[in-house]
Amino acid sequence: MAAVREAALPLDLARIRGDFPVLARRINDRPLAYLDNAASSQQPAAVIDAVADYARAHHANVHRGVHTLSQEATALYEGAREKARRFVNAASRSEIVFVRGTTEAINLVAQSYGRPRLAPGDEIIVTRLEHHSNIVPWQMLCAQTGAVLRAVPIDRRGVVDFDAYLAMLGKRTRIVALAHVSNALGTVLPLADFIAAARERGIATLVDGAQAVAHMPVDVQSLGSDFYAFSAHKMYGPTGIGVLHARESLLAAMPPWQGGGDMILTVSFEGSTWNHLPHRFEAGTPNIGGAVGLGAAIDYLGRIGQARVAAHEQDLLEYATAKLSGIDGLTLVGTAPVKSSLVSFTLEGIHPHDLGTVLDSRGVAVRTGHHCAMPVMDFFGVPATTRASFGIYNTREEIDALHEALLHAIRMLR
Amino acid sequence: MDLADLYRDVIVDHNRSPRNRGELPAATHHADGDNPLCGDRLHLDVDVAGDVIRDLRFQGGGCAISTASASLMSEAVKGKTRAEAAEIFGAVHRMLTGDGYDAAQLGKLAALAGVREFPARVKCASLCWHTLNAALAGEAVPVTTE
Repeated sequence: MAAVREAALPLDLARIRGDFPVLARRINDRPLAYLDNAASSQQPAAVIDAVADYARAHHANVHRGVHTLSQEATALYEGAREKARRFVNAASRSEIVFVRGTTEAINLVAQSYGRPRLAPGDEIIVTRLEHHSNIVPWQMLCAQTGAVLRAVPIDRRGVVDFDAYLAMLGKRTRIVALAHVSNALGTVLPLADFIAAARERGIATLVDGAQAVAHMPVDVQSLGSDFYAFSAHKMYGPTGIGVLHARESLLAAMPPWQGGGDMILTVSFEGSTWNHLPHRFEAGTPNIGGAVGLGAAIDYLGRIGQARVAAHEQDLLEYATAKLSGIDGLTLVGTAPVKSSLVSFTLEGIHPHDLGTVLDSRGVAVRTGHHCAMPVMDFFGVPATTRASFGIYNTREEIDALHEALLHAIRMLR
Repeated sequence: MDLADLYRDVIVDHNRSPRNRGELPAATHHADGDNPLCGDRLHLDVDVAGDVIRDLRFQGGGCAISTASASLMSEAVKGKTRAEAAEIFGAVHRMLTGDGYDAAQLGKLAALAGVREFPARVKCASLCWHTLNAALAGEAVPVTTE
């Protein structure tokens, strides 16, 4: 109920836009319409300032020095970990591992959880709509262990076939790795159902949450996932920092995947002992400033309220879907009934790459290409799509600008 | 940045109606070109007799720039010797990378001059030329009579 009441209050869009310095830019003599948030979102001044303030006043190495700056840096870094814990409602800070991003988190799980456990003939299940980062680490693991990678089919709307998924879960299934939200199509998976089915069979689950956390509240305890990965730069934070949430019982049994400083308790030439969780998985000096920026981004989203963000973005999705559907020769790619706020499409007679150039000339930033999801493009029989993905600061007027630029491209090129 | 300079009439025309598109059963040389940035693929069939490019056809392609460039290239090198084709490629390359060019020498190919103002698109225009180079460098394949 609290969430419903919160969502009922509209966002103060003018104020939010004022929080993001880059939105004041003009591109090719037009106001910037930044519609590429699924690739990377922009940063509010609160994030930029937090990172700069850390560098100006608090920087030192963490977990080491007794001097004041080191203690301040450690407090900021571990404070960010606590913010990340609350952000996804993890049971403890020991379950929050800082990584470079979602990709590194998935590689960590593949190599540290998967590699010692998998045997020839074991199966890893992903879906047809995964980003390459939730395919390739598993292919590498399969090459190392003899395990087999299988993909759950999708339908023409981009909905993952739940019955086919259930039928694929078998005695040899060891890991299920799922996107929470498809980056190429926007499909939101009914994750709780997918995870419950795997858990009933004792199968470990990993969720690629890169496209989810900025757009909806995530609670890893209610989801029941074993691993949940996300990146700061898709949720208004800086690049180069992300989070792997891992269930503590699993993490405790996993060997380190990188060796170095900070991940050990003792080192001698006879052998070394590993540090406590989660530090065992954070070899070397971490991205302290990045973690501070992530913490600031979490605070920022928290102040605005994720339910309100979701309501605003769903309004943009509905507006964009209706507006773009009226364009002659435009085909939406990805029409799942539950979608996050992005539209992927093709335009008859105009290649996405040309479209990207024409839209840029009108100040409209979109992504064109295969979106690091080539199996999805293959499924729909297209080499590429154009994708407009919305965020907290986007407006209906920017969708109008997109619409107008698309009509311009048609006049020019078709 | 002036879009009209990129999408000149000649480019738009060759994109809408590409010349020499299709298969060439009599081809002696073939090559595939990839542009991983946009996922485009180009297949080139070339019929070389002695030193002369007798004929060529292309399939695939993608964006307007890459399609128009392949179409314009096919017209420009047909009937030319390998050395003449290499010379034209050199001139096109200088034009695309901004080292100046001779519009008279390039003829219709000069329509691609606007591409140099769009660095992200230079590869679209040069893909077909690299593919032609690869085809010409390759071993001649046996010609079937079918």
